[in-house]
Amino acid sequence: MAGHTKYTPTTAFGKWMHERLPIYAMVQEAALDFPAPKNLNYWWTFGGILSMMLVIQIITGIVLVMHYTPHTSMAFDSVEHIMRDVNYGWLLRYMHANGASMFFIAVYIHMFRGMYYGSYKAPREVLWMIGVVIYLIMMATAFMGYVLPWGQMSFWGAKVITNLFSAIPLFGDAITTWLWGGYSVDNPTLNRFFSLHYLLPFVLAAVVGLHVWALHVPGNNNPTGVEIKSGQDSIPFHPYYSMKDLFAIAVFLMFFAAWLFFGPNYLGHAINYEPANPLVTPAHIVPEWYYLPFYAILRAIPSKLGGVIAMFGSILILFALPWLDTSKVRSGNYRPIFKGFFWIFAIVCVALGYLGSKPADGIYVLWARILTAYYFAHFIIILPLLGLIETPKPLPASISDDVLAKSKAKLAPAE
Amino acid sequence: MATASHADVTRRDFLYIATGAVGAVGAALTAWPFISQMNPDASVKALASIEFDLAPLAEGQEVTIKWRGNPVIIRHRGAKEIELAKSVAVSDLKDPVARNANVKDGDPATDENRVIKGHEQFLIMMGVCTHLGCVPQGDNPAKEYAVVEGSLKVGGWFCPCHGSHYDTAGRIRKGPAPENLHVPEYSYLSDTKVKIG
Repeated sequence: MAGHTKYTPTTAFGKWMHERLPIYAMVQEAALDFPAPKNLNYWWTFGGILSMMLVIQIITGIVLVMHYTPHTSMAFDSVEHIMRDVNYGWLLRYMHANGASMFFIAVYIHMFRGMYYGSYKAPREVLWMIGVVIYLIMMATAFMGYVLPWGQMSFWGAKVITNLFSAIPLFGDAITTWLWGGYSVDNPTLNRFFSLHYLLPFVLAAVVGLHVWALHVPGNNNPTGVEIKSGQDSIPFHPYYSMKDLFAIAVFLMFFAAWLFFGPNYLGHAINYEPANPLVTPAHIVPEWYYLPFYAILRAIPSKLGGVIAMFGSILILFALPWLDTSKVRSGNYRPIFKGFFWIFAIVCVALGYLGSKPADGIYVLWARILTAYYFAHFIIILPLLGLIETPKPLPASISDDVLAKSKAKLAPAE
Repeated sequence: MATASHADVTRRDFLYIATGAVGAVGAALTAWPFISQMNPDASVKALASIEFDLAPLAEGQEVTIKWRGNPVIIRHRGAKEIELAKSVAVSDLKDPVARNANVKDGDPATDENRVIKGHEQFLIMMGVCTHLGCVPQGDNPAKEYAVVEGSLKVGGWFCPCHGSHYDTAGRIRKGPAPENLHVPEYSYLSDTKVKIG
């Protein structure tokens, strides 16, 4: 991408270092001077917010491990010990627990932004697919983390989710026994979940590195979906987007703090303050809010294997999204029909989340079935067909043209 | 590029494949302990069997005990419950197989095949829903949730997680669970004492 300087060291030490490890050149070219479209809106700040959330989760997590004991007879008490005895333990644990929710809020906004603006389309398919991998690792990490306090919901959530694998024909029971390290969720299960919960965030950090790498090859998409064509269309990442991201991070942290200080248990379940009991299932098992749409899909299918396939399929179908959407136009701003279907899809996802939180009975199951069908139809019927029948609005010649036209319209007196 | 004489399989090709094959076998052998360590260890397997005294269990009473980390439901059934279970034709069942470790694999899920002969009143089975592993709740006369299609609205078990209904012989009748509640291996040491496992 043209229009931006190449790094040349100026000091003697800079030159010496540059010949041995050109790290500053890398930072300068990949982060500071990186040419970004000049029209990115605030929906594009969630990548930065997500990086921050990962760092917060890792730091609070490492600190919590200093006080936590991964054993069935002590885990619950050690979490209460963190809450009551450890200096600021309550704050650190609430940061970690609510941080997970904030992480998912940010990732869902980030994903829907990608879907609306067609950020998954060529040449960004690999970038998108790495993003789906990140999302899957996030879900696995969050699930194992939720098991660690060893409350009732921890235990039964672990049991139900690991039992999903028992739906696999022939090897199902052998696989669940292997996952548990026993005949039920027990101490070996807790130990291995703890080990993996500590490992996966670092794997996540590495895959985020790949995600950023894959982003830097084609560069950012933007609200017009038109690629950068000249230096007129781009501005250096620093200071323009470093500051914009920082501002968004500050606002997001206020939102985070509001949950943290005024409703730290609002997103949790009271029953998880009851120690795990393998002999009693709570009357109403619900996963954390960020899994609810998939949980609704699982329960909508009246067959065990079918439900499991539909649930995993609903996430894995995202890998195919770049090829399912046949439209050549990236941004939803220029796709009048797609825009409507995008919002219907978003509402369907939220509605499925609501249904996932309700008992699997009567009218809820019926609606879950209808919406599950729609969820899949969006990907395998609506998106492929829309690209063929829709007439998109004319695209601006360049990002600059679009920006100039918009500011002209703003300056013109209202009619 | 290779000339005609080099295009054939060479000694080097053979060495490449042989090295790769030895490497793959070595990697698989090395991976095995890392995979196997996750399977149940000796201390878990050692807790294989427990004994239970049935004498204090009055008709209509039910207990849940823990075996291998899982709940086992032991119910002293009344005559009406047994009669209800017997009145159902095997062809009406969602899972027609007994799922009883004490009878032959694939035997039909008649009430007789769900218990041990001569002790029909005691139904002993895993309290593990065959859907996703929750503990089904027993009959509660105050609530009519233990509904089984084609049967009376009494008795049986209901799984609170995803709404599976089991009848008075622990057989799946309605809901997402694919199989009847499993009957573990057990035997009567005396008239009132059972050994599970």
